[in-house]
Amino acid sequence: MSILITPATKILVQGITGAFGAKHAQLSLDYGTQLVAGVTPGKGGQFFEHAGHKVPIFNSVHEAAAATGATVSVIFVPPPFAGDAILECVDAGLDLAVCITEGIPIKDMIRVKRAIAGKKTRLIGPNCPGLVTPGTGEGSKGGCRIGIAPGYIHKKGHVGIVSRSGTLTYEAVFQITSKGLGQSTSVGIGGDPVNGTSHLDVIKLFNEDPDTKGIILIGEIGGSAEVEAARWIKDNCKKPVAGFIAGATAPAGRRMGHAGAIVGGAEDTAAAKIAVFQECGIEVAATPTDMADALLRAAQKKGVSLS
Amino acid sequence: MNIHEYQAKALFEKFGVPVPKGAAAKTQEEFDTALATLPEGPTMVKSQIHAGGRGKGTFTDGFKGGVKFCKTKAEAKEIAGKMLGNTLVTLQTGAAGRKVQTVYFTVASDIKKEYYLAVLLDRASSRPVIVASTEGGVEIEKVAHETPEKITKVLIDPAYGVADFQLRQVIGALGLSGTEAKNAAKLLKNLYTMFWETDAAMVEVNPLITTPAGDVLALDAKVSFDSNALYRHPEIVALRDLNEEDPKEIEASKYDLAYIALDGNIACLVNGAGLAMSTMDIIKHYGGNPANFLDVGGGASKEKVVAAFKIILGDANVKGIFVNIFGGIMDCNVIAEGIVEAVKEVGLKLPLVVRLEGNNVAKGKQTLAASGLSLVSGDTMADAAQKIVKLVA
Repeated sequence: MSILITPATKILVQGITGAFGAKHAQLSLDYGTQLVAGVTPGKGGQFFEHAGHKVPIFNSVHEAAAATGATVSVIFVPPPFAGDAILECVDAGLDLAVCITEGIPIKDMIRVKRAIAGKKTRLIGPNCPGLVTPGTGEGSKGGCRIGIAPGYIHKKGHVGIVSRSGTLTYEAVFQITSKGLGQSTSVGIGGDPVNGTSHLDVIKLFNEDPDTKGIILIGEIGGSAEVEAARWIKDNCKKPVAGFIAGATAPAGRRMGHAGAIVGGAEDTAAAKIAVFQECGIEVAATPTDMADALLRAAQKKGVSLS
Repeated sequence: MNIHEYQAKALFEKFGVPVPKGAAAKTQEEFDTALATLPEGPTMVKSQIHAGGRGKGTFTDGFKGGVKFCKTKAEAKEIAGKMLGNTLVTLQTGAAGRKVQTVYFTVASDIKKEYYLAVLLDRASSRPVIVASTEGGVEIEKVAHETPEKITKVLIDPAYGVADFQLRQVIGALGLSGTEAKNAAKLLKNLYTMFWETDAAMVEVNPLITTPAGDVLALDAKVSFDSNALYRHPEIVALRDLNEEDPKEIEASKYDLAYIALDGNIACLVNGAGLAMSTMDIIKHYGGNPANFLDVGGGASKEKVVAAFKIILGDANVKGIFVNIFGGIMDCNVIAEGIVEAVKEVGLKLPLVVRLEGNNVAKGKQTLAASGLSLVSGDTMADAAQKIVKLVA
């Protein structure tokens, strides 16, 4: 299995007629993803055509979901309208909204997050690469690709990957695939300070997924989400976990004032997060090149096979 | 985006947050006009730069203090003359310091007691938070570390805004009563409104003061804005001061490149912020020092890569270049062509290590090899980082 999405998951694309949305809709169709609808207000009734696929476009998420049975939306709409696009998914009762859009005002996300609290729809992102559950075809085709990640570097397997950063996720995926292993699902939760699904949320899902045998947790400086996830792992997760934190050398003092340091607490530096990882039994990758090897070391210590 | 204290205080006044009367001057000629708006008597002179620690800073000509108390306006004018055009070095400016291009005169207030007040985002709860302390005018990190019980945090529900009982919570924690409490409540409510309405990332008042007359005033003001929201605030964009930004960073922003100058000697060109950050980390890990953070983004064109190359080569400290690309969707050959083009245009005498991986990587490597450029290729990030560190050593 996998988490959140399977190769059978039906997805719709909000912003399918924009250049960026269109390009990635094409790549997802090529990957074999069940991309069944597009949404662009005012363009309902048209079709998105690519390589023999003819995807209907609707004016609203409600209409698209009702007509096609799509349960997941991927959002490519421009920043000023992205918050609204997320709320529309929630109102339509989708299972999952994945917001790729980068540059949404923080205030918009504060309001959106408050408005969707307690609702059925899970949000991933914004400012994230999305998620991939690899398929069994050549270059992992036949899987479910939601967002902008390169599908071909994946391979169906048993490693779960969760990260805030896109390119670092790809590094980890590529390393795992290069070792002949594969991924259950790779999830990019996005780098914005206010986002939907957290590291911990994804870790819990991986922990419950019988098909995930090991986990790579990739974090960054700032906030305390990685620390929260690590503490939970220490108490609850039996699976081998490797971790990496980016930003050890990022320049401090690029911000004015110091209130951020107080609210962030003492645990938002790379060194502090790495120390918590170690204390919680997470095998730390010393460099990004070491991520897959770190997981192999963690698996060996627990006597777990990742293949 | 950051703004100057005098600009922040103008915004404070607009939103009904009381500040001491003040006026800014950008030239010697403007000193008299500015001072004429203030009453005779004790006056503060404050250097306007985008960095903290001004009061304890030293100018490069040896003059001490970027913020000065003066007994008279005449003295204030003399002191301002020593600050304007002079370069101020503080704990936050780095050794190069910042040239003072504006001075700000304010009435020197009678201070009864100093407090700390800020509004910003609490990431853990995804809500705005008001932070207040009875310990104002000092380093607030130190207070948070040594006496955390002296800091009060109140989370605000964005669906409702700041509630009156929450104002009472903050004011109670500050130990204010009577007229002071009433004035502080009004100030706090208005400060929160300003934070929310202007899409501020952070508003910090240190110190907030009470006066013997019962007034409550923001004696200092640090305000930064969420750059993602600037498109809906042209009046705030107009406050941007390019003098406070690195010219290379301004040039980079024209090409939509995320660039931050650092003080090392290995220039980095990377796609993706996380990868760019960890490229800096890995250089340091192997004993080198990164000269910059540079993220060319996911959709880099040949022109963007050429522009990026020119910007990193504009840094005189650079002794070597590390290109680290994981082309997911991005075509590695586009990067390779950009590198070849850039070197043709600007020439290259420095060692260059390139690590390309991902989409169309074979073609990219072929382009680099066929160009006849003298570059070193790295297989993994670790391999490439070790090579560039060795080459600049």
